[in-house]
Amino acid sequence: MDAYRIDQKKGMEFGLYTLGDHIPDPHTKERIPARQRLKEIIELAKLCEEAGLDYFGVGESHQEYFTTQAHSVVLGAIAQATKRIKIGSASTIISTLDPVRVYEDFATLDLISDGRAEIVAGRASRVGVFDLLGYRLRDYEELFEEKFELLLKIQEEERVNWVGDHRAPLKNAQVLPRPLEGKMPIWRAVGGPPASAIKAGAQGVPMFIAMLGGPASSFKESIDAYRQALTEHGHNPEDFPVTTAGGFFAAGTTQEAQRMLYPYFNEGMKLTNGRGFPKQVFAQSSDHRDVMNVGSPQEIVEKILYQHELFQHQRYVAQIDFGGMPFSELRKNIELMATEIVPKVKKYTKK
Amino acid sequence: MKIVAVAGSIMGHRTRTAVDYAVKEIKEHYEEVAVELIDLSEYQMVFSDGRNYLDYEGDTLKVTKALMEADAIMIGTPIFQASIPGTLKNLFDLLPVHAFRDKVVSILVTAGSPKHYLIPEQQLKPILAYMKAQVVQTYVFMEEKDFRRKEIVSDDILFRIQRLVEDTVVLTKAYAAMRKEKEDQYGF
Repeated sequence: MDAYRIDQKKGMEFGLYTLGDHIPDPHTKERIPARQRLKEIIELAKLCEEAGLDYFGVGESHQEYFTTQAHSVVLGAIAQATKRIKIGSASTIISTLDPVRVYEDFATLDLISDGRAEIVAGRASRVGVFDLLGYRLRDYEELFEEKFELLLKIQEEERVNWVGDHRAPLKNAQVLPRPLEGKMPIWRAVGGPPASAIKAGAQGVPMFIAMLGGPASSFKESIDAYRQALTEHGHNPEDFPVTTAGGFFAAGTTQEAQRMLYPYFNEGMKLTNGRGFPKQVFAQSSDHRDVMNVGSPQEIVEKILYQHELFQHQRYVAQIDFGGMPFSELRKNIELMATEIVPKVKKYTKK
Repeated sequence: MKIVAVAGSIMGHRTRTAVDYAVKEIKEHYEEVAVELIDLSEYQMVFSDGRNYLDYEGDTLKVTKALMEADAIMIGTPIFQASIPGTLKNLFDLLPVHAFRDKVVSILVTAGSPKHYLIPEQQLKPILAYMKAQVVQTYVFMEEKDFRRKEIVSDDILFRIQRLVEDTVVLTKAYAAMRKEKEDQYGF
């Protein structure tokens, strides 16, 4: 785990991530300006650091209702505004970027932040970025696999010789600067089903798995498949961390948390995915076996510990700002994390 | 209540004629319903390549959006090669997995042979069920002899269309009321 800067003696890491969505508040129908949203994201990262959280991630989505398309730039501002918290993507769409440029950006970020930068490389769920940046959607899978492999190669070899289908060849290319300690964590972002988790295991890279909703036991299948694939390919699962990522909202009671979150979640899903989130499914999120961490602080602690028992993961990152959630509510949630949730989670997950 | 009536083929006129009758029935007898007719032959649809429907453009986006925003959908389909036409299947492929959740869907079928009677049962209903539709179980099955040019000449078929429209509206109202009653209990 040292290679990924994770010390399990301190307990499971706890972080936050944002997709940088930029959505009107469903109650007022008003949307804050992009400038304010970006500054609030930077402020949110500072609050996370003050609250003792371990990680802050920013994603890129290239369509309407998002505002962190240039996520590495946002992370640069966060690097300057913080001192201790780890920072990274959630995720970087490596398929439609140049891996050389991504490595340059994040290695720079690692130096500016004194060794706190990480890359989480993913494939995009919405695909407007393919047209926008000039890629063919039919190459969706190949673009990701080839460019992700190149990214890993750049990390391993300071001088790179490489030939592929989706980028000009590299001849004895030196990719600079190098990260503070020579390397930085590079994660593979995966969705729910095991297929992608198995690929992460086969590659011997840490896995960042997104969990929107549903029973935790279903996601355990993917995590088990990941660790099995690691073993089958000669890696030791003990060396590779798993991050789980998903929705989070804490309030005084479960009912209050659900009442507060639902309109933001539902309207945000409608705008970004084209359909809302069924109330019937959302209602089941109050069950401790469901992965969505919505409820009172005590219930959330129990849920996260239950998930940890199943997954034995090394980091959990929460998404709390989706759907135009007002900043005042984000602040309250960070306070609850700092005072009532994170200390307990850490206490019971120390190794 | 918003109903979208789809003529699911770009060939021939009988399916469109049957859908026209259903739309007329809605307009004449159900003031509370806003009905929109989508005849696929009037739209330039692209083939599904798996992207989110919001990422399409032009007619494809227009049609998929209309369907996603509907409370109920009446699907008119001919039978081609013992199945639904590719144009209709493409429409389903363009939509998200659970696109018909909380929607009522009913079916009007035109066929060249009575031997095709069970095709919608075996080929269309499983798709609708997978997409989570509340399906009106009875469909109207029409043959060539029921039409004269762009007119339906069978009183039996006309009565059946009236009943199908009624079932579609009643089921949509009932389902919405049931869902509301349950959702009011959730407290969020």
